[in-house]
Amino acid sequence: MNDFEFQQSATTEEAIRSVSQNENAFFLAGGTNLLDLWKYDITHPALLVDINHIDASDGITEKQDGGIQISATLSNARTAYHSIIEERYPLLSKAILAGASAQIRNMATNGGNLIQRTRCYYFYDPHLPCNKREPGSGCSAIEGYNRIHAILGASDCCIAVFPSDMCVALAALDAVVNVQGPAGERSIPFADFHRLPGDTPDIDNNLSHGELITSIDLPPEGYAQHYSYLKLRDRHSYAFALVSVATGLALDGNRISSARIALGGVAHKPWRSVDAEDFLKGKPATEESFSTAADIILKGAKGYKYNNFKIELAKKAIIRNCLMALDPASQVPGAGPSR
Amino acid sequence: MENNRTVGTPLSRLEGKLKVTGAAKYAGEYNVENLLYGYVVNSTITTGKILTIDSSVALALEGVVEVITHENRPKLPWFDLFYADMDAPPGTVFKPLYNDEIVYNGQPIALVLANDFETARYASTLVKVSYKSEEFQTCLDDHIDKARDAKKGMATMLKPPPPSPTGDFEKDYARAPVKVDSTYQHGTEHHNPIELFATTTIFEGDGKLTIYDKTQGTINSQFYVANIFGLHYKDVRVLAPYVGGAFGSGLRPQYQLFLCVMAAMHLKRNVRVTLDRAQMFTFGHRPPNVQRLRFASEVNGRLTAISHQAISETSRFEDYTEVVSTWSHKLYPAPNTLFEYKLVPLDVYTPVDMRAPGGSTAMHAIECIMDELSYKLDIDPVELRLINYTDTDPSTGKPYTSKELRQCYLKAAEQFGWEKRNPKPGSMKRGNKLVGYGMATGIWDAFQFPSRIEMVLDKSGRVTVNNAVTDIGTGTLTVMTQIAADELGIPIDMVTFSYGDSRKPFSMFQGGSAMTASTGSAIIVAAKLLKKKLFKIAKSMKNSSLAGVSEEELSLKNGGIAGINGSWVSFADLVIHNKKPIRIKKMTMPNMLKLKKYSLGTHSAAFVEVEVDQQLKTITVSRAVSAVAAGKIINPKTARSQVLGSMVWGISKALYEETIMDAKLGKYMNPNLGEYHIPVHADIGELEVIFADEKDDMINELGSKGVGEIGLVAMPAAIANAIFHATGKRINKLPIHFDELFESEGYTPLMA
Ligand SMILES: Cc1cc2nc3c(=O)[nH]c(=O)nc-3n(C[C@H](O)[C@H](O)[C@H](O)COP(=O)(O)OP(=O)(O)OC[C@H]3O[C@@H](n4cnc5c(N)ncnc54)[C@H](O)[C@@H]3O)c2cc1C
Ligand code: SF4
Repeated sequence: MNDFEFQQSATTEEAIRSVSQNENAFFLAGGTNLLDLWKYDITHPALLVDINHIDASDGITEKQDGGIQISATLSNARTAYHSIIEERYPLLSKAILAGASAQIRNMATNGGNLIQRTRCYYFYDPHLPCNKREPGSGCSAIEGYNRIHAILGASDCCIAVFPSDMCVALAALDAVVNVQGPAGERSIPFADFHRLPGDTPDIDNNLSHGELITSIDLPPEGYAQHYSYLKLRDRHSYAFALVSVATGLALDGNRISSARIALGGVAHKPWRSVDAEDFLKGKPATEESFSTAADIILKGAKGYKYNNFKIELAKKAIIRNCLMALDPASQVPGAGPSR
Repeated sequence: MENNRTVGTPLSRLEGKLKVTGAAKYAGEYNVENLLYGYVVNSTITTGKILTIDSSVALALEGVVEVITHENRPKLPWFDLFYADMDAPPGTVFKPLYNDEIVYNGQPIALVLANDFETARYASTLVKVSYKSEEFQTCLDDHIDKARDAKKGMATMLKPPPPSPTGDFEKDYARAPVKVDSTYQHGTEHHNPIELFATTTIFEGDGKLTIYDKTQGTINSQFYVANIFGLHYKDVRVLAPYVGGAFGSGLRPQYQLFLCVMAAMHLKRNVRVTLDRAQMFTFGHRPPNVQRLRFASEVNGRLTAISHQAISETSRFEDYTEVVSTWSHKLYPAPNTLFEYKLVPLDVYTPVDMRAPGGSTAMHAIECIMDELSYKLDIDPVELRLINYTDTDPSTGKPYTSKELRQCYLKAAEQFGWEKRNPKPGSMKRGNKLVGYGMATGIWDAFQFPSRIEMVLDKSGRVTVNNAVTDIGTGTLTVMTQIAADELGIPIDMVTFSYGDSRKPFSMFQGGSAMTASTGSAIIVAAKLLKKKLFKIAKSMKNSSLAGVSEEELSLKNGGIAGINGSWVSFADLVIHNKKPIRIKKMTMPNMLKLKKYSLGTHSAAFVEVEVDQQLKTITVSRAVSAVAAGKIINPKTARSQVLGSMVWGISKALYEETIMDAKLGKYMNPNLGEYHIPVHADIGELEVIFADEKDDMINELGSKGVGEIGLVAMPAAIANAIFHATGKRINKLPIHFDELFESEGYTPLMA
């Protein structure tokens, strides 16, 4: 660890000012990703600005439109177990609790969760080519061990996936990310927050340096009646998703009036298909409908040597999770397949 | 007060509280004065040469004291023999920082020394190295054609090569009415004990070193250091009072010990070197392995021909071997046999024993092919084992000293509810899950090593038992204390077992599940001698009530010696009479003369239930029962913990654990516990352990065999067999990934 300066900010403005004035400054939230990257010799902050003591609203507040606002510095654990989230946005609660471990969720914050970096093995080894870490150096994963990599939206420069569970639910719920920077405040629809790798895989998202996530808004519809989060992985807990699915359904009798399906573990950002969701509108809530929707979502999916299975897995997972959403009680702890 | 015997009772670990409260100190936790912290720089190429190594930027960092490389290291002996440790396989031992040659990825190439750990770690990233890379081969699958026989050496004694063929295998295999030919594989695994490898060297001056090392053998480390650095054995003291797991990785001195001692002697300072988790993947591992088995039987299930051909990885510089292809014939009789074991040397570090080395690899294959055969024969898998059951060891023709395997099968099957199994694959369901039942046999050695015990009775009536052995978390301290206390008829709090110190009398490194049998037997022998000595002293005490009583009339009682007439003298009085502590020393060896006529082994049977999701194929081991026959169980609690831990390891080996080698880079890609998957609580269902009643008067003084590994060997095959029963699919490569169970040829998405 290189020498660095440490600053505890009392206000949002002060934190933003400090970070934006120093190219190599980082906001420090839970530190569960930032400190790892540092120890692995991937990032070398010159200045750490601790945002955990900013006295903004550090909870969850109800908004006038019937939605809610979640503080960026609230921990993942407190968010997941908050009564408003459990009752009105249980999909978000389940997704958060499917991630990491209890200890990490206690430390990790909502803002940090959005900014966490990929778990691509090659990204974490500073001695190997990686376009995300070292633009232009090449991608070791495309021809390497790519079991955990992307099947959708990847590029010839990078096939990494965004590893978050929480964000898959946020994408499905149409969250809005509120940020504040040197140039003022703005709100970014969730779908526009993260990016596909294209030829700039080094840029994960559309936040500029010095911009701070202050909160996350959720609209009133939380799909609390018919929802499910399914996470498939190489062990039952404490592993990142190979494929995960967040589903929210609104039903009118047996017909679907509105559907949300987002995938995790398959792309550089949580993956949603508006076409598939449009297709489901008005369709019966049956395996057949969900199967067709899955085909639409997975359109153009491309596998590599070690992750080809993800395409079939994703199709099966989408169908299963939509069926589970019809009976949310069928969900099991750890977000595994229903019994 | 009459002393209760503790052998056979479930005593909790004596050091348990120290461990869970953090009071137990490990090798990297001795905060001596003026300590320098070392951090290792590892090679980032796989093979080639170091062209330049520039430490100037690192040295310029405040707090950095020295960077030692092959260019500026102190003079070292060149002769390989000086580097050979007690567990070195045939070949040329790796010599850290010896020259500019790189022979594997992650090889230590420099040691940065600084006033604190973080500075050393940061400075290590500032050491600039340029290399000339050469071609390499690191992937076993790609080089199977290069397999050759293993070189012989000292290690061959404990790990003999497979026996010569018997009968005519090929002919009988061609003739036999029922046969199976299958190939099995598993990948590389790393031990990953939670305690990181570390050494703290205290530079005592006057040529003396005190070393806290993470090791399974204090004397092994002591010899290694003394030989290389030209020190007298008595001047090198190696201590390892607590070891936070090792599983074989501590059987050989690892490079942090070498580097730490070298730095301490070079700088004449106290030095600590601690490896980080990624560096735990830069030395020994369980080698990847490919096995082809061919088993043939008559239609009644009797095996007539068995062949087991195994190919394993080793390094370019040492021929590490395991006993793999020998096991099937220790279990199952067959007149025609053919066994082979070969190595492929690759550009990796030398493998090292990892819990149940060879045995867990072999039994996966053997017990899977037995399952396959049982389906061809349409005979129940347990029944097939019983048809081929024998009390003698078919590979030697000698009887086992004891073998209660049949009891293991029957007890575990009953406890498990095996009779509820419908043999048809895919026939049992529970909701969305396919349910599979699988079983397998386990067998493991019953080693005993030489061990020397010193016993000292002092005037407070306490007995101190001294031995250099370590306690790698198995419960050695507790069990040895129990054995000594019982044998001397005193409560356990009157016994101090003093261990983990190379100054204490000789012990081999702790491995092979041998310590209870080795150290424990030696304690019994020593205690008997002590008893004799005490009787003698008692009889010689003029004014004592025991004066002149014959030895047959004496017995140990309540911390003293009793005669049949109610007379009694306390241990303390004996010592006072003796004017100094009463002391005996005794070396105990296995009774080879007697044991020559027998085969030795522990046995087990594992029964496993898995649930496989019908559509998504995710696998859960919902429950497992293991029955173990290991002679007398000294402490049912610590023994059960050993077996439970092994069962978890078996689940890990079957479903999770693998070090991923990127063959293009020659490098392991998942060197951290986030991506090197070992089971978490959510992966473990209900586990049950049964100990068979097994009486063994032959094997050693204790009648006890080790339980450190036997619980692992049967599990992987039992799981793979259960998965077959659930799904009808045989996946012969470990670990089994759930997506390998997909039935279809894959799924073609719509065009974009
Ligand atoms: C072993 C392990 C397993 C894990 N498994 C999972 C898993 O299964 N699923 C999953 O979803 N996650 C998993 N995680 C990731 C974990 O969820 C993230 O590390 C965590 O959410 C990051 O939050 P943090 O507050 O600790 O961020 P930090 O580490 O503090 O920060 C991460 C980044 O975000 C920036 N940042 C933080 N807050 C803000 C803000 N308000 N505005 C702008 N920038 C900000 C920081 O500057 C930094 O660059 C795992 C992590 C580990 C270590
Ligand atoms: S997939 Fe992306 S992150 Fe991984 S090596 Fe390639 S460029 Fe780097």
